[in-house]
Amino acid sequence: MESTIIKSRNFNASFGTNHVVKNVNIDIPRNKVIAVMGPSGCGKTTYLRCINRLHELIPGATSSGEMTINDENIYQMHPIFVRLKIGMVFQRPNPFPNLSIYDNVIAGYKLNGIKVPKAERDRIVEYSLTRVALWNEVKDSLNKKGSFLSGGQQQRLCIARAVAMEPEVLLFDEPTSALDPISTSTVEELFHELKTNYTLIIVTHNMQQAARVSDKTAFFYLGELVEYDETKIMFTNPKDSRTQNYITGRFS
Amino acid sequence: METTSVENSGVTRSDLPLRVINSTPEAIAKGKSRVKRSFRQIRTETVFRHTLTILGGLMVVLVLGIMLTLVVKSVPSIKALGIKYLWSSTWDPVHDIYGAAPFLVGTLVTSFLALIISIPFSLAVAIFLGEYYPKGWLPNFLKNAVELIAAVPSVIYGFWAVAVLVPIVRSLETHVGAQPIGNGILASSLILAVMVIPYAASLGRSMIQLTPSSLKEAAYGLGATRWEVIRRVILPYTKSGLFAGILLSLGRALGETMAVTMVIGNTSRMPTSIFDLGNTMASVIANEFVEADKPVYVSALMELGLVLFLVTVVINMIGKKIIDRFTND
Amino acid sequence: MELRSVKYRIAKNYGFKALVMIFAFACVIPLLFILFFIVSKGITQINWHFLTRIPKPVGESGGGIANALVGSVLIVLMAVVIAIPIGILGGIYLSENKKGRLAYWSRLCTDVLQGVPSIVIGIVAYFWIVKPFGFSALSGSIALAIMMLPIVVRSTEETLKLLPSSLQEAGFALGMPFHRVIFKVIVPVGTSGILSGVMLAVARISGETAPLLFTALGNNYLSWNIFGTMHSLPKLIYDYSTSAYDEWKNLAWGASFVLLLWVLLLNLLTKLITRKWKVQL
Repeated sequence: MESTIIKSRNFNASFGTNHVVKNVNIDIPRNKVIAVMGPSGCGKTTYLRCINRLHELIPGATSSGEMTINDENIYQMHPIFVRLKIGMVFQRPNPFPNLSIYDNVIAGYKLNGIKVPKAERDRIVEYSLTRVALWNEVKDSLNKKGSFLSGGQQQRLCIARAVAMEPEVLLFDEPTSALDPISTSTVEELFHELKTNYTLIIVTHNMQQAARVSDKTAFFYLGELVEYDETKIMFTNPKDSRTQNYITGRFS
Repeated sequence: METTSVENSGVTRSDLPLRVINSTPEAIAKGKSRVKRSFRQIRTETVFRHTLTILGGLMVVLVLGIMLTLVVKSVPSIKALGIKYLWSSTWDPVHDIYGAAPFLVGTLVTSFLALIISIPFSLAVAIFLGEYYPKGWLPNFLKNAVELIAAVPSVIYGFWAVAVLVPIVRSLETHVGAQPIGNGILASSLILAVMVIPYAASLGRSMIQLTPSSLKEAAYGLGATRWEVIRRVILPYTKSGLFAGILLSLGRALGETMAVTMVIGNTSRMPTSIFDLGNTMASVIANEFVEADKPVYVSALMELGLVLFLVTVVINMIGKKIIDRFTND
Repeated sequence: MELRSVKYRIAKNYGFKALVMIFAFACVIPLLFILFFIVSKGITQINWHFLTRIPKPVGESGGGIANALVGSVLIVLMAVVIAIPIGILGGIYLSENKKGRLAYWSRLCTDVLQGVPSIVIGIVAYFWIVKPFGFSALSGSIALAIMMLPIVVRSTEETLKLLPSSLQEAGFALGMPFHRVIFKVIVPVGTSGILSGVMLAVARISGETAPLLFTALGNNYLSWNIFGTMHSLPKLIYDYSTSAYDEWKNLAWGASFVLLLWVLLLNLLTKLITRKWKVQL
């Protein structure tokens, strides 16, 4: 039975007077991959960053409306708790350059001051790296800094870092746009695996990627959520003409 | 002469091919003078370029000249006193005995004490302006105020220290049970600390602002508080840059003359506590250079100048190298 | 993850922010203290008498800082005249030669020169100029000019580096020779940056004492002779600050006020210039 994990009701977000997310109503189902697509500047990344409250870190940024996780209002919790439940992977791989691979994976624990015994830490690192199919590649270089890893491997390291915190939701902000095609497909394979334990929300400007990896797709245009449906339906029989135009490449 | 189809139909002078225009007598004369002027300009240009090169080389000549002068004038002292000049502690010009140790100690103690006192303040300013409030009227006020600290002439700092700081230190000394003089190492370190704050602060601020926001966001995304981001991401990332800032402040402290001279007490005895009077290399030169009559006396002072020069240059160069490497990574 | 530890972390967050702010603004306290002191003690000294008389001998009242004022003006003016052309041309050289061995060493030496303690410049200038020619205001100006050079060179170089190369190329394309391109095209566009560099350098050397201690020395009388010793504001302040005589101390306060005002004015003007005449690219 499908249940909803994240809900947005009449959600709006702005940068100062620039209203970039307009009245979004959406239900994100548990343990599914949701793609969020749309042309540049449509508000999809801003919306994503509102879910884990990174949006408000920018001076002058505001938001209003309701956003809940498991029916708890995200904007009434302290951001730390929000981010412990909702992890994020960014566009450019950003492992901490002064930390080793091992320390990068458990960086979340270190930063939050959560003390974990060594045996447990080792288990977490091995588990997280295995889930992102990186374990075999780095298990002998855990103490080295991650600078020798390729772009795709670094990005998987960042996913492992997010996964290590055992969140319920994973947000991805155009996670493969900085990667080469082979790394991209490795990362995309992960999405299918990860959804057994997590809910994934992936912002992408690559329509084919959205079609390949997601269960449901949301289409944003000029700040509004124009259409949201099963991916199959969105791409074969969209209900809104704007969605149709976007998919057929009339604008991008 | 070439003819074009246009030629016979109301043609104006500007429609004529250039070769036609340029072969009129006036044009030829103009062309000749233009060529002459061009040759003149080329000569001026060459002279100008050479002048620029010479002036560019002037900087090198100046620095080499300074170094050479210092070395040459120190030779008599090095010959007469040898290397143990640097660690003997008797300075008695009357009897022609010179030992620089008290001044080396005075310089090192005042500079490092000033550094230790000023670092928390410089760091706080750097973090405040670099991370918490990079824009706004309040941070602008602070930024200008800190820049102002660097702009005030050192002799004014010295004067104020004599008039205000020294009495305060004096009353502190009475409370602590030390000799209530006021002047001395402590007072100089205090005024030096104030003067040195802007250097580490402004460099630290630029370094902190260079932290890539993707790193900060990664940390926030993992649930860190702002302070945790500062402490665990920004500061480690800017470690070397902050160190370079401290070196800059140190270099400034080592070379500072006037304010320290007016407050430190000018004694040639080796200081044994921060409440003692003392002297720094710079202040002993300032005080005794004009009166130095014997050649070895003058040379001994020049040797101090040489040491000062070398130390400050090396520290500044190291700091610059660190910054260059940091900004090019 | 317990609630309590998060509360602690949040408290620590605010605590450290407060600590940082306290320390940051604490820096301003000594500055305000000093400014207040100098202004309050110095401003009462200023009057026509003060500006036009020279110091009276001990015990007599009255007197002023005229000799120091005139001296400072002359010495700084001469230093400026010496340093500006050399500094600007040196900066032009560096901006035109981004690579190359001489340029590398020249740039390095400019940075080295900037870090040399002012007292070292003073004693070197003594041997270069005073030993052969005697104490003079001119020797002091030369020492100050040496200190000004790195500042002017650097700021000129930085200003000109910001200009797009297309500007120069346009000049050349019109057939202009190099020196014309520099003086008619490049320098006019970079005026604000170069000017602010000069003003900052002037502000810096106006307050310098150490280089003058062994060159211009000081002079108890008003002198216009640049080839002889001359007084200056910083020297007066230095001499009279430790004096036991209130008359002289008061003169030092007044002189400090004048000097401070001058330096602050220059800094303010520099800020205004850079803001108003930002290079329009």
